[in-house]
Amino acid sequence: MRLRILQLLLLGLLIVAWYVMTAPGLIPPFYFDKANRAAFFFGEPQKVFWVIFDWFASGEIFPHLGITLLETALGFTIGAAAGLGIGLWLALSPTASAITDPYIKGFNSMPRVVLAPIFAVWFGLGIWSKVALGVTLVFFVVFFNVYQGVREVSPNLIANARMLGASQRQLLRSIYLPSAMSWVFASLHNAVGLAFVGAVVGEYLGSSMGVGYLILQAEGTFDINTVFAGILVLTACALVLDSLVGVVERRLMTWQPKAGQTEKV
Amino acid sequence: MTTTKEVPALALADITCRFAARDDASKAYTAVANATLNVARGEFVSVVGPTGCGKSTLLNVAAGLLEPSSGTVEVFGERLLATAGVNRRAGYMFQADALMPWRTGIDNVIAGLEFRGVPRTEAVAQGEGWLRRVGLAGFGDRYPHQMSGGMRKRLALAQTLILSPDILLMDEPFSALDVQTRQLMENELLALWAEDRKSVLFITHDLEEAIALSDRVVVLSAGPATRPIGEFRVDLPRPRDVSEIRMTPAFLDLHREIWAAMKEEVLKAYEQQKAI
Repeated sequence: MRLRILQLLLLGLLIVAWYVMTAPGLIPPFYFDKANRAAFFFGEPQKVFWVIFDWFASGEIFPHLGITLLETALGFTIGAAAGLGIGLWLALSPTASAITDPYIKGFNSMPRVVLAPIFAVWFGLGIWSKVALGVTLVFFVVFFNVYQGVREVSPNLIANARMLGASQRQLLRSIYLPSAMSWVFASLHNAVGLAFVGAVVGEYLGSSMGVGYLILQAEGTFDINTVFAGILVLTACALVLDSLVGVVERRLMTWQPKAGQTEKV
Repeated sequence: MTTTKEVPALALADITCRFAARDDASKAYTAVANATLNVARGEFVSVVGPTGCGKSTLLNVAAGLLEPSSGTVEVFGERLLATAGVNRRAGYMFQADALMPWRTGIDNVIAGLEFRGVPRTEAVAQGEGWLRRVGLAGFGDRYPHQMSGGMRKRLALAQTLILSPDILLMDEPFSALDVQTRQLMENELLALWAEDRKSVLFITHDLEEAIALSDRVVVLSAGPATRPIGEFRVDLPRPRDVSEIRMTPAFLDLHREIWAAMKEEVLKAYEQQKAI
C-alpha cells in the first residue's frame, strides 16, 4: 500500500515536472530560444490528457484501438501456436532439428522489423500485414522456450512415465507439453509485448486504421500532444495485456511452487 | 526351465553394458560385465554394491529402458528387447523424484491407469484406496512440491503399485530419506509386499537395509565392469520389523559375513574415486 502511494507520488511528480518544463512562459526558457518551443517538442501534459479524454469521450479511439488489439491478439495467437507446435516437433525430432538449426538461427538473428515493408506488399495495408509481423516476432520467443522446455525435461520423468505404460502420444501430452508450458508461460509476457510492437510498427509503416496510424497522422502535422497521447494509450494497453497474461498464468500454473509458498508437511 | 513353475520372474543372463565415451569412441566405459542374476517368483532380492558401481545400469536393463551391449533379459521366460519397449510386467521406483510436478497427488497415482485407458471415476476410486494404503489419505489434492520427501516417496510407491506389477524394480528408493522415515517406509514396503508377494529387485548401497528386507542379497563388485561376486540367503523369519531385526544375532552374523565380502570392493571403489 505504502509502495503504491509512493509510486503514484512519483507519477505525479513526473507530470508536474513535465508541466513546469513545457508550459509556455511559466519559467524563463533556458535551452530553447523561444518560450513555446519546449511545448512544441515535448507536448504539454494537460493537452495530452484532453486529447485522450476527447478520444474516449467521442469514441473516436475505439475502432483504432480495436484494430490494434485485434492485430495483437491474432499475431500473438498464431505466433504462439506455431512456436509451440514447431518447437515441440523440432525438440522431439533430432534430425529435423539438426537440419533446420542454421535457418532458425538465421531467421532469429535477422532484425525482423525490416520485414514489415515486404509484408505490406504481400498482405496489403489491412490487418494481415501487421499480424504477419507480430507472428514473426512472437514465434521465435515461444519457439525457443518450448524447444528448451522439452529438452530440459528430466529423463527420470520420461522413464517413469514409460514404465507406467505411457505411449509416445501420452508422453507428449502428459510430460513434454506440461513441461514445455512452464517455459512458454515464462516467455508469454515477452511475447505479448512483441505482438503489440508488431502491430504498432506495422501500422506505423502503412495503414488506414489503428493507434499506430493515429500517431503517424499526428506526427505528419507536428501535433506532438496527440503523438504522446497515442503513446500513453499504447502503454496502458500493454500493461493491461501483461496483467491479463499474469492472471492466466496464475490460473494455469498453480502447481508451480512459489518462493515462500511451499508448505512442507 | 521346462515347466512354467521354474521359470524365474526375471533372468538377466551374461549382461554387459559398455558406454561410448563422448569424445573418444575407443575409450568405452564398461559399467557392467557378464552379470547374471535371477529373481524367482515372489522373491525379494537386494543388490548391494559400492557407490557408482553400475547398480542402476543393471536395473535399467531389467526395466527395458536400456539395451545391454550383450546378454539377454528374460521376463517370465520371455525375451525382453529394449528396442521393442519397456518391461511391461515391471514397476520401477526411481531413486530421484519422478513424480509429475504439474499433477496433484491423486493424478500422479492414477497416471498409470490413465495411460491404460481406465475410466477416470474408476481410476480415482482405486487411487484413493492406494493413497489410504500408503498413509496419504486426504492428501490427494496436494501437489508434489507441497509434500515432504517421505510423502513423495509414498506417493511414488502408490503410483507404481496401483498397476499391480508382477515385478517391482526399486533403485535406492529410500536413500534420500532420514533414518526414521526410512525405517517406517521399509516396514510399509514389507507389509505391502507381504500382501501379494511380488518379485522384487531392490538396489541399495545400504547393507543393513538389504538384509532387513530381502530373501537374498547379491553383492556386486566395484566398477568398472561390475558383476555379482557373492550371494547370500537371508533366512530371517517373516514378518519382520526392520528396526528390531537389526538387533538380532542372526542379522548381525549375516551382516558380518556379507560385509566381509563387500569390504574389499567398497575400499576399491573408494580408492578409485579418490584417484579421480
